[in-house]
Amino acid sequence: MTERSAPSVADAGGPARPAVLRAHSPAVSAARARRWGSFYYAEQVLRVMKGYGWTILMYGVGQPVAYLFAMGVGLATLVDTNSDAGFGGVSYLAFIAPALLISAAVMTAANEFTFPVMDGFKWRRVYYGPHASPLTPEQIASGHIMAVTLRFLLQSAIYFVVVALFGASPSGWGWVSILVATLAGLSFGLPLMAYAASIRDDKGQFAMVMRFIVTPLFLFSGTFFPLDSLPLAVRWIGWISPIWHGTELGRVFSYGYEEPPLLTVLHLVFLVGLAVAGWMLTTRQFVRRLGQ
Amino acid sequence: MRTNVVWVPELVSYEELSSKPTRSQTQGDPMQYVITAENLTKTYGDVTAVDGISFSVPAGEAFGLLGPNGAGKSTTMKMIGGVSQRTSGSLSIMGLDPESHGPEVRAHLGVVPQQDNLDEELRVRDNLLVYGRYFGLPMSYLRPKADELLEFAQLTDKAKSKVDALSGGMKRRLTIARSLINEPRILLLDEPTTGLDPQARHILWDRLFRLKEQGVTLILTTHYMDEAEQLCDRLIVVDKGRIMAEGSPSSLIREYSTREVLELRFGSERNATIGAELEGIGERVETLPDRVLIYAHDGEAALEQVSARGLRPLTSLVRRSSLEDVFLRLTGRSLVD
Repeated sequence: MTERSAPSVADAGGPARPAVLRAHSPAVSAARARRWGSFYYAEQVLRVMKGYGWTILMYGVGQPVAYLFAMGVGLATLVDTNSDAGFGGVSYLAFIAPALLISAAVMTAANEFTFPVMDGFKWRRVYYGPHASPLTPEQIASGHIMAVTLRFLLQSAIYFVVVALFGASPSGWGWVSILVATLAGLSFGLPLMAYAASIRDDKGQFAMVMRFIVTPLFLFSGTFFPLDSLPLAVRWIGWISPIWHGTELGRVFSYGYEEPPLLTVLHLVFLVGLAVAGWMLTTRQFVRRLGQ
Repeated sequence: MRTNVVWVPELVSYEELSSKPTRSQTQGDPMQYVITAENLTKTYGDVTAVDGISFSVPAGEAFGLLGPNGAGKSTTMKMIGGVSQRTSGSLSIMGLDPESHGPEVRAHLGVVPQQDNLDEELRVRDNLLVYGRYFGLPMSYLRPKADELLEFAQLTDKAKSKVDALSGGMKRRLTIARSLINEPRILLLDEPTTGLDPQARHILWDRLFRLKEQGVTLILTTHYMDEAEQLCDRLIVVDKGRIMAEGSPSSLIREYSTREVLELRFGSERNATIGAELEGIGERVETLPDRVLIYAHDGEAALEQVSARGLRPLTSLVRRSSLEDVFLRLTGRSLVD
């Protein structure tokens, strides 16, 4: 179609002959935006992230090193001497490493899918610029999600390398937990993003989310001890927690943690289901709010 | 480039216009208009923001929407901009319906919103590059184009600054530069100079005038009458979602006001009582709390008549009628909240 031939005209008229600098036609713009719009917006979010790239990197490296030292090395000396194979026959370090990896992704999700969304709709109204361009609200939402997904992948990969250096991922399949962590981040983050997109006035809701949702999930999702060592009264927290489902999956891959195969499937279905539902709700909110 | 439709508002009175609001039908091919709205309506729940307005804009025209706050200007702009869907009526931008062809319509436009929504975390030049990417424009085009636009917006020195560090006028100019990255033939400007100091406004007017000279169609809302007089070939005055009048600034003044206005001050206490005694002078007398306005073809002659009646105002001023007189007459003087 025309979109194939026209870009080359624009490219050819670029830097070599600035006198005839011409944009391609609106029809080409629209066709490209319809096709690649989500990527164009993801590119913008990544450019902004580049601005705090060091924070991302330090968070990616610093957090695992600190936790693995404190818990996996320090606390482990106490735990390992007092438990007889309480952690599926692996060291305490290997037990908590997948949990820390998953939790870090979820905590990043709690940041990337809250304040920036509020910024987009309300504070600096960043979403309204692209909204006036050929991009659609759906593409703005998915572009944002894609960029954060990339951050999950990068951060989890760094985390995994550190874990591997600590010798805490005995299985050859440990790297799969990078993908599991990314999935867990999305399954927690996307419903949160839908919620963030629905907030009109900031009354400290995000601080509440951190305090009363993220922190309890982090503590009671079988992170530092097996979930079944908790009384039933609080065990349900783990069952509805993306951190628990993600952590259990991560353990399967990183040290061959044994659980019924059906449960493994259930973890995956739970995480994917929550992520998909969150994505759909987010899209609906974006379309509704930007279209007003 | 102007199309071959020659629009001569001076020769057409408002009554004639309102009797045939759909010029696209009476003057042939609707494609000669870049924007055509028929009975355009937008309701939010029980509130009717835009109440069945019709207008057409030929290519190359500077078309203004004037109205008090809440008149429906911004809502109309959002519908033209293809970001808000109409409740009823029809709307066509470059022959396309923004409801079914949102991306195609928006690809034709440059948009300067009422509130700046620049990316403050990016640098000035990067804001232009990023925005151009939304149109799928290649970097080989965007890099030189961004420099060209920074030059146009007098921001070359600020290319590497953070947006945070710019003044209000600079941000506005950057927003205009951003809206031009795709070389749009239609530019939508929603209150482009609100909140700017006079210097910044004049620079902006100059830039907008240059674009107009290049044949860009300008659609702008404003509640600055001087801005409308400076920039608009033709405008509609909108109030409560309806069109109150349509025409060129000069034809509107001719139709809804007199050539001159005599402003008299007798002191707040006496304006009302003396105002009554002035009836009959000029074409119309309007008594305000702080002054009395006499609308007359010849202001000096009216002032002589006032003196002849033995009335001595504290101050008197004869001035030409402005669009503001038309605006206040059509939309009233009471505050809209």
